[in-house]
Amino acid sequence: MAKVIVVTSGKGGVGKTTSSAAIGTGLAVKGYKTVIVDFDIGLRNLDLIMGCERRVVYDFVNVINGESNLNQALIKDKRVEKLFILPASQTRDKDALTKEGVERVLNELKQEFDFIICDSPAGIEAGAMMALYFADEAIVTTNPEVSSVRDSDRILGILHSKSKRAEEGLDGVKEHLLLTRYNPERVEKGEMLSVEDVQDILAIDLLGVIPESPSVLSASNSGQPVILDIDSDAGKAYQDTIDRLLGEEIDYRFLQVRKKGILKRIFGG
Amino acid sequence: MSLLSYFRSPKTKTASLAKERLQIIVAHERSQRGTPDYLPQLKQDILEVIRKYVEISSDQVSVQLEQNEDDLAVLELNVTLPDEK
Repeated sequence: MAKVIVVTSGKGGVGKTTSSAAIGTGLAVKGYKTVIVDFDIGLRNLDLIMGCERRVVYDFVNVINGESNLNQALIKDKRVEKLFILPASQTRDKDALTKEGVERVLNELKQEFDFIICDSPAGIEAGAMMALYFADEAIVTTNPEVSSVRDSDRILGILHSKSKRAEEGLDGVKEHLLLTRYNPERVEKGEMLSVEDVQDILAIDLLGVIPESPSVLSASNSGQPVILDIDSDAGKAYQDTIDRLLGEEIDYRFLQVRKKGILKRIFGG
Repeated sequence: MSLLSYFRSPKTKTASLAKERLQIIVAHERSQRGTPDYLPQLKQDILEVIRKYVEISSDQVSVQLEQNEDDLAVLELNVTLPDEK
């Protein structure tokens, strides 16, 4: 049975697209047929993060409008078998996504895929509502920072009341917390909210903690999902996140300040 | 870190301040959740009606909707009238 997972946050710039790309890629690496759908109509960016921006011919809105079929619009990833991307349209028409249209496309995707990752736009406008409406699970991406935590709580409220599962009185959308741009040094100094602080406030299950890492920017610079950078902290943290999403119990790494060795202290680094 | 900063008093930890502020605002916003969108306008209209007769300010009217049971919602209206002179 296909699972629809929305990656959402409310606030912009917290790492939704980076996380969607990493999580979708990670699931495909594990052998699950996965599609990542960009819901950010008008501000398409998943294609850049995935490094397939020059291969976009048809998009999500074309499929909804019947201007192309699904297979024409899906872009097959060149690195990972079983990974596909459905790019957003660059139209400025904000009503381009209709509930019926999105449902039809998702139902068609469900026939073929194990996981459907919906990369939500920021905000709580139509695009964001559409991305979360059909979700079975939600990955609420949050930075340890006041505005991001507040917006995440707002999104959780919307998941409780405005999702299809909520409207139909089914079991609620399963919510996961993904804390990104985490900096253990600053947490230790009392300058940044800790994992426990954010969990206390949002009160949802923790799925992963991604440390602030230069590898995230280098990955987006080169159009490689950061999870493929298997030596980086962020890559490893996303791999742990995938294992947890698939039901394994994995210890958290990168939550403590790493002690610098004597050589590093002298020579820096 | 400069030598001087060792002598300065340590700054208050801003993370705990952040947590405190968040707990308050999030609790407040959760209590508003699920109330219908027309509630603020309803409150405004009630205020206007009362003002035709008595001069009161907006903080003297409180309108709250409580969902007691599945099929019973109570609209609670509290108006504080000023003392008669």
